[in-house]
Amino acid sequence: MGREPASQPQVPYTVDQLVAVNPYNPDILPDLENYVNEQVSSQTYSLDANLCLLRLYQFEPERMSTQIVARILIKALMAMPAPDFSLCLFLIPERVQMDEQFKSLIVLSHYLETAKFRQFWDEAAKNRHILEVVPGFEQAIQDYAVHVLSLTYQRVPRSVVAEAINIEGVSLDKFIEQRVANSGWVVEGKGELVSLPKNEFNHPELRRTSAAQSIPLDRITRIFPVLG
Amino acid sequence: MSAAGYEYEDIDGGSSYDPSFVPDPVKSFVVHLYRYIREKNVYEIHQMYETSFHTLSDRMFKDTPWPSVEAVAQYVDNDHVFCLLYREMWYRHLYARLSPTLKQRIDSWDNYCSLFQARSVVLHGVVNMQLPNQWLWDMVDEFVYQFQSFCQYRAKMKSKTEQEIALLRQHDQAWNVYGVLNFLQALMEKSSIIQILQQEKEGLEQFTATDGYDYSGGSNVLKVLGYFSMVGLLRVHCLLGDYQTGLKCLLPIDISQQGVYTSVIGSHITTIYHYGFANLMLRRYVVAIREFNKILVYIYKTKQYHQKSPQYEQILKKNEQMYALLTICLSLCPQVKLVDENINSQLREKHGEKMLRMQRYDDESFAVYDELFSYACPKFITPSAPSYDEPLVNYNQDAYRLQLKLFLYEVKQQQQLSVVRSFLKVYSTISLEKLASYMEVDESTLRTILMTYKHKTHSVGADGKTISNADIDFYIDDDLIHVVEYKTPKLYGDYFLRQIVKLEAVIGDMDRVKLD
Repeated sequence: MGREPASQPQVPYTVDQLVAVNPYNPDILPDLENYVNEQVSSQTYSLDANLCLLRLYQFEPERMSTQIVARILIKALMAMPAPDFSLCLFLIPERVQMDEQFKSLIVLSHYLETAKFRQFWDEAAKNRHILEVVPGFEQAIQDYAVHVLSLTYQRVPRSVVAEAINIEGVSLDKFIEQRVANSGWVVEGKGELVSLPKNEFNHPELRRTSAAQSIPLDRITRIFPVLG
Repeated sequence: MSAAGYEYEDIDGGSSYDPSFVPDPVKSFVVHLYRYIREKNVYEIHQMYETSFHTLSDRMFKDTPWPSVEAVAQYVDNDHVFCLLYREMWYRHLYARLSPTLKQRIDSWDNYCSLFQARSVVLHGVVNMQLPNQWLWDMVDEFVYQFQSFCQYRAKMKSKTEQEIALLRQHDQAWNVYGVLNFLQALMEKSSIIQILQQEKEGLEQFTATDGYDYSGGSNVLKVLGYFSMVGLLRVHCLLGDYQTGLKCLLPIDISQQGVYTSVIGSHITTIYHYGFANLMLRRYVVAIREFNKILVYIYKTKQYHQKSPQYEQILKKNEQMYALLTICLSLCPQVKLVDENINSQLREKHGEKMLRMQRYDDESFAVYDELFSYACPKFITPSAPSYDEPLVNYNQDAYRLQLKLFLYEVKQQQQLSVVRSFLKVYSTISLEKLASYMEVDESTLRTILMTYKHKTHSVGADGKTISNADIDFYIDDDLIHVVEYKTPKLYGDYFLRQIVKLEAVIGDMDRVKLD
């Protein structure tokens, strides 16, 4: 329609490139802090950039922003089952971890790590003021819960699902319906049992078939003279 | 520049050490070393560096420094680069045998700056030498060691005199963490080592095949320093508790194969020790077990050849530490079948009784985890300078305590897993109800324990994929637990290949037999 292309803002580097080029440059600290906020608002995630920022805080503790650290930690919780939360804690001095909001996040992480979902959701409710800053939190945790359920169960009682993802009644029906439509869940019986999609962890017979049987080419070459 | 020598007298209270006196053997040592370096005679350089230097140190400089660089310079044409290398060795010897003063620590830093810095020799590419890998590795290794040592030293604030604090403030760039990391990074980048390794994979370049040496007249110094800097970065990041970034720095080196890093035993051990430790902290136990096992087998088989090496003690110490780490890994993830027979019996001998206690998950067992971790972990550092205006407190233990605490936290989260494991071992199927009553918990608690088992035994790999670390696994179908024990699948393919070749040989032999 003859429209001029909108003029692009001058961004010579993405923040991830910035981190790759200057992993040990204190000057990029403000960029990284902005980037944390951007990850929060755009629901994206970059562990490397966040670790880089925590590293800079570790080198210059006086520049640390607890608000930013809290956001990084919440984002790391959302990355479960990856060990990102621990990776971040390894870099945060103990006296900083004594801060009330961090203590709460550490408790939340503990509940997730030990699959105590009911306690987790109770505790999360008490800390809504910290968590609601980060959109997508609940859904990310639900995804993690579903991940652990799928590692564990072939068929799982509906009540166990409900507890893990903290949804009940009609909302749960909807949640399950959606999974039935998109993710291969099957509802069995009178709806009290949910069959989860097969994977190599809940159906061990699917495991290691391809890897075990393949033989590297250089070994096969040994019989080439025989074949020839 | 003779400050270092002068400082020394302070601690020794006027010993007979005269930094300007050069005994004949030293004169001969520097003259020859200088000549061999100019002739690029790597073999002789290596002999002088590995043998003569230590023999002379033992004989003449057991508890004094070597003669000052100013005193020997006249015998080596005042060669700038040689003098820098000599000073690097001078400080290394001082650190190993005496305790360096603050001034000496700072001077040693300045010497590394002159060696590495942008406008200076190595990074500027004016070094046209071939130095033994052992020496280049020692340089990187010592650089990181002195950084770690400085951080530990600085953190012991309580015992600092006013002069020392004034000196620390004045030289706040000395052993600054940014400086240290950026040197290693710069060596890595300027050497283009990552591209070289990449091109080698494509067959366009030789690096590993020549052990990093340059046989076409060039210098190996920058390339190999750059290569070892990746290991140095891994180590620094581990000291900082940044395991993820540390492993990332090592990515260009394929540790599943031999490489230049295996050409020097110290580098080989340092690489695997930190790689394994980082993986342990990332809960990738199987990866850690495999690598610890491999290197322990290697040390077990080759130990005898290193008995006379100056690194022997260090090798033995790291060897013991890695047994301790392997014990931890196997207690959290009992994949004993991944471990070689010899290593297994060594393990049982060294830590057998501890391993039994670690399975119990009471306070006593945590004490064992604590003990082994504390013994075997890297010497963690706090990289930031203290605020000198506040009351002086020691903070040299802070970093270690944090890593220990977080590690024990992880152990506690896995508290009940060995109990579950012991039940899974004896059943092929068992109902939740029954197992709950055996374990004396309610059914809903049991479900969380089982899910914890699943989560903790399935780590997320470097590529984001889920990897199972479980020796015994299970799945739940409604209310029934089905146990799955993984047997390592037999690789028939290899067996058949070998038999085919054998058979062919036999047939060939038979063909040659002439029957009349």
